[in-house]
Parts: sequence; structure tokens; C-alpha cells
Amino acid sequence: MSLLRIRNLSVAFSTSSGAFRAVDAVDLDVDEGEILAIVGESGSGKSVSMLALMGLLPWTANVTADEITFDGKDLLRIDTAGRRKIVGNDLAMIFQEPMSALNPCFTVGWQIKEALRYHLGLDRTARHRRAIELFEQVGIPDPEKRLSAFPHQMSGGMNQRVMIAMSIACKPKLLIADEPTTALDVTIQAQILDLLAELRNETGMGLVLITHDMGVVAETAERVSVQYAGQKIEEQTAAKLFDKPHHPYTAALLDALPERSTERLLPTIPGVVPGQFDRPTGCLFSPRCKLADALCKTTPPMPAGKELGEVRCHYPLHAGERIAS
Amino acid sequence: MLNYVIGRLLTFVPTFVGVTLISFGFIRVLPGDPIIVMAGERGLTDERYAELEAQFGFDRPIYEQFWEYLTGVLQGDLGNSFVTKRPVWDEFFALFPATLELSVCAMIFAVLLGLPAGVIAAVNRGKFYDRALMSTALIGYSMPIFWWALLLIIVFSGNLQWTPVSGRIDLIYYFPDPTGFMLIDSLRSGQSGAFTSAVRHLVLPTIVLGTIPLAVIARQTRSAMLEVLGEDYIRTARAKGLTSGRINGIHALRNALIPVITVIGLSVGTLLAGAILTETIFSWPGIGKWMVDSIFRRDYPVVQGGLLLIAVAVMIVNLTVDMLYGVINPKIRKR
Repeated sequence: MSLLRIRNLSVAFSTSSGAFRAVDAVDLDVDEGEILAIVGESGSGKSVSMLALMGLLPWTANVTADEITFDGKDLLRIDTAGRRKIVGNDLAMIFQEPMSALNPCFTVGWQIKEALRYHLGLDRTARHRRAIELFEQVGIPDPEKRLSAFPHQMSGGMNQRVMIAMSIACKPKLLIADEPTTALDVTIQAQILDLLAELRNETGMGLVLITHDMGVVAETAERVSVQYAGQKIEEQTAAKLFDKPHHPYTAALLDALPERSTERLLPTIPGVVPGQFDRPTGCLFSPRCKLADALCKTTPPMPAGKELGEVRCHYPLHAGERIAS
Repeated sequence: MLNYVIGRLLTFVPTFVGVTLISFGFIRVLPGDPIIVMAGERGLTDERYAELEAQFGFDRPIYEQFWEYLTGVLQGDLGNSFVTKRPVWDEFFALFPATLELSVCAMIFAVLLGLPAGVIAAVNRGKFYDRALMSTALIGYSMPIFWWALLLIIVFSGNLQWTPVSGRIDLIYYFPDPTGFMLIDSLRSGQSGAFTSAVRHLVLPTIVLGTIPLAVIARQTRSAMLEVLGEDYIRTARAKGLTSGRINGIHALRNALIPVITVIGLSVGTLLAGAILTETIFSWPGIGKWMVDSIFRRDYPVVQGGLLLIAVAVMIVNLTVDMLYGVINPKIRKR
């Protein structure tokens, strides 16, 4: 049985010009100790689906699902008090901008110890000892001194380490990392990703990595879920996905990787993710797809079987003999 | 920090000189002659007028008069009142504790109610509580003070007989007042009922004087909170599974306090300058009424000295506020 199981998750935002579907019928499973990457462009609903899981969306969001189960608990029918016991404890999340995600008015030590006191009820000395231990674990030098530093006194990379230390403080079973490296420079990016993978190996927690960077996926993920315009369009193990993508969108994303490019100019995917007002009637990717035909423009494709990575496409790539026969 | 405080104290010097100059000039620009005012309806002879003019030094050039005043001030001598002949310094400190006591109580009242009201309104933005609190605040802000005071007196002193109408304490109590703060002195006196009487006298003036600051603080807190609640670190706090009370009351409020502290500081400054209407309505023996009376009497030393001391008090409040910024938000402490 998987650690996290999401079935048919949809999130709609009520705006002044009507409802906007940010997440559309997404299924997701994460096993214990697994690294799952959710990939997609900006606006593809990757963050929103995870924020919905955490219960962090604003009140304008309307979340519906057939099932959201985490660690055997039904998160759909849980009350706020029950959710607070899980969130930040067994289920933790780190965010994109480490500089703004930490409270400027409190020392980083205070912010870490707060979680320790709230969820684990540790006393003062135990909190301090554990905080130092966590700082060492995430590779912050001179932890004793850094505990009394304020976020603005540290670099972005250090702050992200603090965020990670804070999120793993209560030994979560699942950590969601929402673009944890986007705001950091490249050398630090690699360090943070290594750290996350290392922590996974040490603690055996599941890890969901939200990213738009295929390079990050290639380095760390074991399984990849590709989202487009709120829908999951394909899911495969990382190795298979890089080898044989089934969805034209995935293929186009991979072609856009610099290291895969053979031309003098990098290939790009023309156009943008459809918004609230230009949502196509057929396949959501059809306006940008090179292979789209009349069927794609009129009929939305349903997810294919597991063997094709549940791809949402009328004409999956690398389908082999199964389609031909 | 110490360097910062010393630096700030040095900037007091030009402000201080400026205030002495303005207060000195201001009262002399007003039409009316203190000697004629003092003489009253009987009038006085030309010889006597010249005699008094020489006594007060009005016959000398204005810059000489100012220089004498300034050197006096720097030696701690603010001069004597024309009317009572007592030193301005003594008069001020006999009355200032009353004003200070009332101002502090009014500010505590305003902060204790204003902060929670602003937080509750912000958290329930657009809903019933927000609208109810903010329209109440608007009413409080726009209500004429004297009318509001009379209304309270009619209801609570007149109809319900809960509170006294005026003064600082019932006349049956008499005790020495070493601090000048009625709440403290009445407690120290040990007389039964004295403290309760002092508190009952304070209630209405406190509410009246605190109403406008309360409304301003509530509205300022609300808008500052709304801004802070959209920040990433609030999402982080929620991701930690904290209760909304802790998130709003600690994580958000601490960040929202900077603009609120500014408003509180400004309000304290205005209150210290004397709440003339409130003090008059409740016969509160504070500096507001004293200053107004002195201006009418053309009591030069009192007006000059009083303005100066009030200005110093306001400067001290400002300095305190500036230092509080750094305590509340360490990012500001950088320099």
C-alpha cells in the first residue's frame, strides 16, 4: 500500500470572471522512501495540487477528490485540528524562496524549535540539542552560533538548508519540495538536491520534488509525473521516461534540454500553457502539438493504460507494436 | 546600539534650539501685551508700565531677551510664571503626571482593544466581523470628542451613576502625592477605597481620550496584517501545522507591528501635548488646560517653558519608538 494515494484531485479557484480549474483530475501515488518528481511548466498546477494536499490553499480554492489518503489517514474528511497534527509532522513541505519563506522577525533557531515543541513536546534542552543535530544533518557549519542568526544574516542556500532542517525536524514520512532550488544559483542547487537525496537515504522518507527543470529530474527522481495545464499527462519511471517518452509534450520538453540538442539553436515549444479563457475543447496540448490532427482538437484523450504511462494522448509515441496491431 | 542612541540624542540639539526659538517667537507674535493683561481692567500708569517693562526685560532688544532665555534654559531655569510667580518647572511637574497618567491609560486602552480588533478584522477580511469592527472604528474616529464625552457622562455618570463626572479622586480622600500619579499615590496611601475611587475617575477620560487612537490603531493593524498574511513565511508557519491563533498572533502580528508602532508613537506624542478638550470636560488638572490658560494670559515663561518640555517629551517618545523598531524587526537593526 502506498504512502500517499490521490485519486481524481481537482482544484478550482473562484475568480471574479468565473471558476478556474488549476488542477484537473490528477491521480498520484507515492511509496515509502520513493522520490517522485512532478514536472511541468509554470501554471501546470504542480504546486497547487501539493498545496491542496497540505491544506494550504486560500479559501477561494475549491478542492474536490475521490480519495486523498496519507499514511492510512483520510485527508479528505479530516478536521482542521486533525490535519494540523499531520501537517508539519508526518507531512512536511519546503518552498521555492528560502529568503521569504522564513519569518524575518525570529531567529532561525526559534523557528525550528517551535516545530519541535509543538509536535514533539520536547523540553528546552532537548529542543536545543535536536536543533543542533538537525543543523549538522543538513550541513550548516557552526550550528550553535547559527541558531541565533536571523534569516537576513544568512545566504539563500543556508536559508534553504534551514528550511529543510525545519521540515525534517519531526522526521516526516513524506517531504514535498516545491521547486527547492529555483531561487538558488547552480552550484548550490546541486548541493541542495544531493542533501535531499541523502536525507531520503538516511531516513527513508518519501520525497515529492516539484520542478520545471528536467536536469533536476534526471539527477534525483526515480519516478516522474508530467503535468500540463492541470492534468497529469504521463507518468513513468525516470529511466523509461528519458528513454521513451509517450506524450509529445514530454518528448518536446526532453528535446529542449541543452545536452540533448543537436541543432545550433535550442528547440523550443511554441506558445504558452492555456489559461482560463483559451482552454481548448479537445486535447489541452493540441494547440502547441506538432502531431495534432482534427481528432485532437475536438476530443479530449483519456488516460491510456499503465503500460503506456497513463498517457493522455490519442497518438502516443514509442507505443511500439501495441498500437500497430 | 549605544552609538545609535548617542547619535540620536545629538540630533536633539538642533531640534531643541529650534523649539526654544519657535516657542519664544510664537508667543511674542501674538497680539496682546502681558503687562496690560496682568493689570486687568484697572489699567496702570505710564511710570508703573515702564517699571514693569524694565523688570521683565521687555525694554531690551529681542535677541538679548532670547539669549537670556536660552542661557537660562540651558542652566535648567525656565523662569517664573508672570501670574503665579512660581517657577515654570515646578508648575509643569505638578501637572504633567496627571496628563501622563491619563495618556498612558488611554494608550493602554487603545492598544489592548485596537490590536486584537485589527487582527480579527484582517483575518476575517470582508466578512461580518471585519465590517462590524471597521465601521465601528470609523464612527469612533469621526465622532467629535466633546460630544462623545458628554454622551458617556450622561449615560454612565448621569443615568447609571457608575462613574464620577470630574476630577481625579473623591474629595474625602487626602494623602501626600510624591509621584503625582494618582493610581500609585492612592495605593501607597493605604486608605481603603482611595484606589478604587482613582480608577473610577480615570475610566471615562481614558475611554474618551483613547477612542481616536483606538480607531487608528485598529485600522492600521488591519491593513498591516493583510499585507503580512500574504507573505511566504505565513504559508511556512501554516505548513508547520500551527494553530491559526499562533500564526496570526505571533508570526503575522510581530511583522505587522512596525507601522502600528509608528501610529502608536504619533498618538502618544499628541496625547502628551495635552488633551485639551478631554481635560477641560473632565476637569482633569493636566498640562493641556494649563497651557491654554497661559496663552490667554500671555504668560510668556509658562508658554515657552511648557512648549519646550512637551517637545522634549515627544522627542523621547520618538526615540523610544525608533529603538522599538529594531527590537521588533531585527532587519532594521542592521546599521
